[in-house]
Amino acid sequence: MSALTDASAGDQLEPRTVTITRADLVAYAGASGDLNPIHWNERVAVEVGLPGVIAHGMFTMSLAARYVGDLAGDPAAVVAFSTRFTRPVVVPDDDAGATVELGAKVTDVADDGTRTVSVTATHEGKGVLGKAVATVRPR
Amino acid sequence: MPLDASFVGRTWPAETYEVSLEKIREFAAAIGADDPVHHDRDAARQAGHRDVVAPTTFPVVFTWPATRRVVDDPALGLDFTRVVHRDQSVEVSRPLCAGDVVTSVVAVDDIRDLAGNDVITFRVDVTDADGAAVLTTRATLVGRAEPAGSS
Repeated sequence: MSALTDASAGDQLEPRTVTITRADLVAYAGASGDLNPIHWNERVAVEVGLPGVIAHGMFTMSLAARYVGDLAGDPAAVVAFSTRFTRPVVVPDDDAGATVELGAKVTDVADDGTRTVSVTATHEGKGVLGKAVATVRPR
Repeated sequence: MPLDASFVGRTWPAETYEVSLEKIREFAAAIGADDPVHHDRDAARQAGHRDVVAPTTFPVVFTWPATRRVVDDPALGLDFTRVVHRDQSVEVSRPLCAGDVVTSVVAVDDIRDLAGNDVITFRVDVTDADGAAVLTTRATLVGRAEPAGSS
């Protein structure tokens, strides 16, 4: 059992703060194969009208899905995850990086124990993932 | 420029990808996923899996290149330099593990015009070597309209 697999509808789960640095983006670019330079090259990012280098949406989604898997105590219990990328996370060229606050709330518990989880991700007080929903099914 | 609506409902030839222990470890490390089921074969087996388990978002490693082939088809009319990733989902039928040889079939589910922006939704159905469903991803991309006055 875990915080999530014991939770009832309406329960808010333990939040998590994650940081994203330029080095994280380079590692994710290599691991995922998404080499789009807006995620590691300031010059290109600014040229296309961005405020600076931004995190891959899929990287932020990955951090959020990992968070839910940790709450469930089993990454394989996360059987669905959907989200909208509402705002970019601008990652500064420093050692501190950008901070993203993750939160999760159970919105439904089905008869078989499957939980629907509403996930939030905010950066500088504004949502970066929209309508993020995870489905967690204990094995 | 409007996209070619005849792409809706089309599918493209299947692409095969072999999931490896080391790629799962690399991807898991890149997203900070330190659960041993992503890294240690014995831990994964003790948890009831055949081999190490891929993180939820790992399939992007092969679904995005498969999708990109269609994105880059000049006949579609999508300017990739103006593309923004708007939505993403993954629905898992069973855990994806090292050793799986999976097949991805890309389809275009929807194309629409939203205030001059091109909106296109791709679906990728992923099956295993036995033809059983493993997972489905959906990605919605937006090709932003050219600024007024530009050609």
